[in-house]
Amino acid sequence: MAKLELKNLNKTYTPKVIPVKDISLTVDDNQFLSLLGPSGCGKSTTLRMIAGLEEPTHGRILLGNEDITFKRPGDRNMAMVFQSYALYPHMTVYENLASGLKLKKTPHAEIQHRVKEVSQLLGLEDLLHRKPGQLSGGQRQRVAVGRALVRRAQVYLLDEPLSNLDALLRERVRADIKQIFATQKVPVVYVTHDQTEAMTLSTKVAVLNNGYVQQLDSPARIYNHPANLFVAGFVGSPQMNLLTLPCQTNYAVLGDSKIPLPDFPTVPPQIVLGIRPENVRIAQPEDQQTIRGQVYLVENLGMHNLVSVRVTGSDAAPLSVRALLPPDQSWSDEEITLALPPQNVHWFDVHSGDALHSTHSYPAS
Amino acid sequence: MTVIPSGNLQTTTPAKNYGTNILRWGAIAFVVIFCLAPVMWQVLTSFKVNQDIAAVPTIYFPGRITLNHYIELFNRRPFWRYIFNSAFVSIVSTAFSLALGAPAAYALARLRPWGGRVILAGILIVTLFPGILLFLGLLEIIQRLHLGNNYLSLIIPYTAINLPLTILVLRSFFEQLPKDLEDAARVDGYNTLQMLVQILLPMTIPALVTTGILTFIFAWNEFIFALTFITREEMKTIPVGAAQLGGASGFEIPYGPIAAATIVGTLPLVVLVLFFQRKIIQGLSAGAVKG
Repeated sequence: MAKLELKNLNKTYTPKVIPVKDISLTVDDNQFLSLLGPSGCGKSTTLRMIAGLEEPTHGRILLGNEDITFKRPGDRNMAMVFQSYALYPHMTVYENLASGLKLKKTPHAEIQHRVKEVSQLLGLEDLLHRKPGQLSGGQRQRVAVGRALVRRAQVYLLDEPLSNLDALLRERVRADIKQIFATQKVPVVYVTHDQTEAMTLSTKVAVLNNGYVQQLDSPARIYNHPANLFVAGFVGSPQMNLLTLPCQTNYAVLGDSKIPLPDFPTVPPQIVLGIRPENVRIAQPEDQQTIRGQVYLVENLGMHNLVSVRVTGSDAAPLSVRALLPPDQSWSDEEITLALPPQNVHWFDVHSGDALHSTHSYPAS
Repeated sequence: MTVIPSGNLQTTTPAKNYGTNILRWGAIAFVVIFCLAPVMWQVLTSFKVNQDIAAVPTIYFPGRITLNHYIELFNRRPFWRYIFNSAFVSIVSTAFSLALGAPAAYALARLRPWGGRVILAGILIVTLFPGILLFLGLLEIIQRLHLGNNYLSLIIPYTAINLPLTILVLRSFFEQLPKDLEDAARVDGYNTLQMLVQILLPMTIPALVTTGILTFIFAWNEFIFALTFITREEMKTIPVGAAQLGGASGFEIPYGPIAAATIVGTLPLVVLVLFFQRKIIQGLSAGAVKG
């Protein structure tokens, strides 16, 4: 139907409070874009600007090829699901679903038809005459989604819609949301601080920090090829090991071990090595790139043990590496040798934080 | 060592409860009598025959009961007319103060106008003035505008005096409403006025009822303005009408009819408050529970 485009969006409240500095994005039909970032990164402000609830200081918002930057929220044909659901408490579920359509002077029969359709889809048929106060949290959440769906909007905006649900329900609703919005065939923008939600739901993830887009990519590329230190550290749980190491000719020095650097054009004096805990394993005889250390903490996560290791030979500035090991594996706490598979190692510039790529590997898009 | 013998507990608890119960009911009875005694006195007086009212020693509970004072009230005086006047003035000024106060309160709470704090402080300062000080100025204005003996001469001041309270109460109520709700309404396509009328005001009913009733009571009971600005008999309100009840001679004070007038004047308020009681309690305890 239409693609949503943000061009150099900026929101400045005061010279010191600039939640959104410069954000450009496109979301095509059928695309599910997540804005992922820590609180205060500007993701909600961006969403509110798309909805028209905030006016951008600079920049343009285009829907199709129409400039909607200064259109009233009600005229944009976008539907939004709020974190607090924001159901009208004095109206029944039916009235909540129908209110937006009534304002648009939709014929009565059409309203009934659409409400019926949506309430069947979401299992709300028996609740239509209740008020929001008589519903459980999960039911309210479904009504909130339903209120967006009946609008048959050109763009759907979701602002952390799952954060008020308990963990079990959240997982189920997450799956439902993925299915429901996949059938809508329009752009969906989803704001979350929960990386699991962003990874599982989206076709595209924009990691935001500090008012800028840090990386805009598919979930897999965000995970496997983080563009910079922030993305590397923010996405993935447990967090990626990030170690600042000195370099010698073409090695990075990690304790007693030397980790060979890929062939960078120039070798910096210091470099940040990143490796995800799940990629670190106990070394087998054939492993080349290994480190030795002492285990000082074991956290049992059920399906894995998260093992923290202090690297031998890093006494001056103690370095520790965390490894996610299968629960059936045993090791000696005193002396453990871990393998860092070269294909899973990421390198980052110490100053800019940007990912460094060897001249042979292709650059991240 | 620290275990309390259970038998002991069982014997002391009921006795103690009994004691506190008596105390509690005693306290309640005292407060009720303290507050309602003057009202009861008026009620009883309104049913006494004239001899019993003047009797020495005082007759507290009349043996003979009469409705004559009430009948007299409506026969000798246009008391229905007074009731109508009071009701009309009170209802209109209540409606005005809510209709003007609610949008103002919303604007102050959410639209954050330039100088909003100053406006708010100004509104607060207005409430500090004793109404009586405004009286001479108002009289002057009403003379200039030729509003004497016009319902507007009461409706306008009553509305104005009650606006600050309405605005302050409603504003704090609006501020408690979740902001997401307004955002949701705007995304759904409501404009500001539709949102105020269709979404926010229905949620504000307890506050509207509370402030409305307070305004109504004020307007219903107000005396000085009503006494001064209105001189025509058929436009007087109940308090003035009741106060001006005269006896056969200048020396006779018609206690019976005055008491009857007081009761007739108070009854509508009592009915009104009882009717809206639950809403008022909700309004007064607003914010205790998350909306």
